[in-house]
Amino acid sequence: MQALYAQLLVGLINGSFYALLSLGLAVIFGMLNIINFAHGALYMMGAFVAYFLLNLGGINYWFALLLAPIIVGIFGMILERTMLKFLTGLDHLYGLLLTFGIALIVQGVFQNYFGSSGLPYAIPDQLRGGMNLGFMFLPIYRGWVVVFSLVVCLATWYLIEKTQLGAYLRAATENPTLVRAFGINVPRMITLTYGLGVGLAALAGVLSAPINQVRPLMGADLIIVVFAVVVIGGMGSIMGSIITGFALGVIEGLTKYFYPEASNTVVFVLMVLVLLVKPTGLTGRAA
Amino acid sequence: MKHSISAMLLGTALALGAAGGAAAQDKNVKIGVLTDNSGLYADLGGPGSTVAAQMAIEDSGLAAKGWKLDLISADHQNKPDIGSTIARQWIDVEKVDIFMDVLNSGVALAVNNIVKEKNSILIDTGAATSDLTNAQCSPNTIHWVYDTYMLANSTGQALVKAGGDTWYFLTADYAFGHALERDTAAVVVKSGGKVIGTVRHPLNTADFSSFLLQAQASKAKIVGMANAGGDTTNTIKQAAEFGIVAGGQKLAGLLLFITDVHALGLKVAQGLNFTETFYWDMNEGTRAFSKRFSERMKNKAMPSMVQAGVYSGLLHYFKALEAMGGNPHDGAKVVAKMKEMPTDDKLFGQGSIRADGRKLHPAYLFEVKKPEESKGPWDYYKLVGTTPADQAFRPLSESACPLVKK
Repeated sequence: MQALYAQLLVGLINGSFYALLSLGLAVIFGMLNIINFAHGALYMMGAFVAYFLLNLGGINYWFALLLAPIIVGIFGMILERTMLKFLTGLDHLYGLLLTFGIALIVQGVFQNYFGSSGLPYAIPDQLRGGMNLGFMFLPIYRGWVVVFSLVVCLATWYLIEKTQLGAYLRAATENPTLVRAFGINVPRMITLTYGLGVGLAALAGVLSAPINQVRPLMGADLIIVVFAVVVIGGMGSIMGSIITGFALGVIEGLTKYFYPEASNTVVFVLMVLVLLVKPTGLTGRAA
Repeated sequence: MKHSISAMLLGTALALGAAGGAAAQDKNVKIGVLTDNSGLYADLGGPGSTVAAQMAIEDSGLAAKGWKLDLISADHQNKPDIGSTIARQWIDVEKVDIFMDVLNSGVALAVNNIVKEKNSILIDTGAATSDLTNAQCSPNTIHWVYDTYMLANSTGQALVKAGGDTWYFLTADYAFGHALERDTAAVVVKSGGKVIGTVRHPLNTADFSSFLLQAQASKAKIVGMANAGGDTTNTIKQAAEFGIVAGGQKLAGLLLFITDVHALGLKVAQGLNFTETFYWDMNEGTRAFSKRFSERMKNKAMPSMVQAGVYSGLLHYFKALEAMGGNPHDGAKVVAKMKEMPTDDKLFGQGSIRADGRKLHPAYLFEVKKPEESKGPWDYYKLVGTTPADQAFRPLSESACPLVKK
């Protein structure tokens, strides 16, 4: 029973990454109608920017947590302005192919210069060590990841669903022409939204840097699972992606305990089941 | 006009002459490096193996003697089906004479069968499974650098002797992990230890915390990592986080490469014990080669034992071809010649190749230096023990290979 609690908690930690990444995807899909396959590559860039900030600029983890999402977010906004913008109104497939191509190029460039085994990034001093919870030894850093990502997820949800700005955003996706008639700069808002989604990916990258190696392919391995999470939760649903992210982390964690061999397929089995029963996803609306 | 006709006639005559001599004196060789060029093992083999092969071609001096050596390379993506398809295409269409590297035991076993069926050659420097020279041995395959039996024997024995008598295995769930776990468990039991549990994780896993918690709960003295590359570095890094070593358990890296240690950094990797058969800083010869190698690598990495093996294996292959006076394009025949000749190169020293295809050389037990002991980049290992060539690998008396006469 003790082991079970431990696995639940560990699952929640992985779920935080799923939640942060699928949230970004959901925001981008909801507002831009783009299936952002470059998300994994941007997550990886977040981790690399944190590494460079520390090793070249001497800028520590805490500032990286703020700076890396901004830097990668700006990179994302440039992508949106120079490329993605032209895909407005086209079939989803175009956006998917373009972003997939961007992901391959970005990963290829990083792999060319940094190899595949990656670079080390140490846990910040303030978060070193762990606590004995009785049923498990919880590294403080892992606890921090859960709490911090939960806060970020809820803040993003609040921003989009409950604020004036969020209301503009949602209105702009429903009817951009009308919203523009009210004097709101819709293209700029879309660019900023993409930047926000990308920033969330980069933030997840910084959070994961001390846990995993900072590797060029760290995002490629993760993105497929995250897409399954988004599909299960329902494309474009903000709260849905947050809840499914955490829930699937837990389910995956339990699989690692009861039948480890299946741990990297369980998410896809669930995806198939959900698609068979409710093709719009658990919280999705029919298009 | 007259001029061009005579030129044409001359050309035809030359072509005929060349074709006539081909039976005995064919000096064309095509080398294929089949490896993981983009995945979790790309740093320990990958593009570096192609660089090593290129260096062997240049250093052999065969080009000056009228040989034509061609090199191609491909990415098998760690998938046996992709590896098999490439292997068939290479043999049938590209006319590749010899396969080098072929890391990933799953892919290696698949390619091993095709190479045997088509009478080609495989010098495997990357895969670990000892089955390549045991039940699955072939007259067309040489296993050059290391294998699971030798790793288990050297590292496993040393750790049990030092008091680590209860083991829990964290195993990569494919041919390699299974072989390494099996061979190590056998050594542990033989040396008086006990295996109290095992958990098998999928290849290329990012998060090991669930598995580490299970290892921690087992209270085994040794957590044996029967995995490799990115899987091992992630395990080690996260084990530190979960206080595995601080809690009194010891991590045993059953297969670690210098590129893994580099990726981890000495702060995390210090104190780890493991076995390799090559280290760049062993002697003048290894240092000179490694320096040249590193200059040609984009990330200036030192060679891993897999990459060093590609160089050493190819040089021996070229020597055999030279001794035969040409390339007979007959895999089994060339491999037989290679087994006849003693091996000698600057990287692995003097050695030999056994009837079962096992290349013999000493195995070295290393310990990773503390950060303050390291004098500079890539200065990572301390030598703590050497197993002589004749004791490092599976004795022929235990072999299940049909090529071994008993």
